[in-house]
Amino acid sequence: MAAKPNAAADPRDAGTLGAPRPSLPLHLHPGYIAVVVLGGVPGALARYGLELLLPAPAGWPLPTLVINLAGAFILGFLLEALARRGADHGRRRILRLLIGTGFVGAFTTYSTFAVEADRLLASGRPLAALAYLAATVIGGVLASVLGIWVASVRRSRRSA
Amino acid sequence: MTVLLLGIAGGLGAGTRFVVDGLVRSLFRTALPFGTILINVTGSFLLGLVTGATLHGAPTDLQAVAGTGFLGGYTTFSTASVETVRLVQAGRPGLAALNALGTLGLTLLAAAAGVILVGGF
Repeated sequence: MAAKPNAAADPRDAGTLGAPRPSLPLHLHPGYIAVVVLGGVPGALARYGLELLLPAPAGWPLPTLVINLAGAFILGFLLEALARRGADHGRRRILRLLIGTGFVGAFTTYSTFAVEADRLLASGRPLAALAYLAATVIGGVLASVLGIWVASVRRSRRSA
Repeated sequence: MTVLLLGIAGGLGAGTRFVVDGLVRSLFRTALPFGTILINVTGSFLLGLVTGATLHGAPTDLQAVAGTGFLGGYTTFSTASVETVRLVQAGRPGLAALNALGTLGLTLLAAAAGVILVGGF
């Protein structure tokens, strides 16, 4: 079979989620979809909890910022750490889908960020909105870079 | 009860994102992560609708389950950030900037359009 980028036909996945199904790409494999859903439930609940717990000074959406930056760091770290340990199959693939795509993907949110930024603009606070936009987008990139960097430093120290 | 539903909806949102992203990737082989962009723009538009509806009297449980739960789990910020960094690492800083700023601009417009469509802020 020709190699497809999304092919879940890797025989090394055998035993981790039942028999491999060569005909199904990863995103249509019921087992992998279930893994993502399973990770997404606590991710969404953790976001909901932190939105309630963290303060939003003067209505400025600090909780979402903290959540998104933390998630950008964790995802950068996780994907880099997994990639450095080997190819994406078996246990590493399950961890990527469970924690990365599922938990962290559902923990962070773009839609809430967009609506909150619009609300700041609509309520006549362009500077607060601009600060929120810049802190989120620039901070998110920096947090991901930091996560990737920490994972690579940890890995190269171990193998040194 | 609402919290339980919120969690389940969040999981289903994440699962939907996984499937949609995979489908878009298999249809369009582009350097730009079109799947994540599409997910975040459509999710922002739908959250705009939900938010606008709640501001005009729809039950807050709808906002919690459909908005915070499903659409919060469907859209994602972490993947968008990591994909921007990966484009920089791949020597495509222009595409990285386009991804970050394009997603930002489109989601802001989409969310605003959603809110305005049901009566505005």
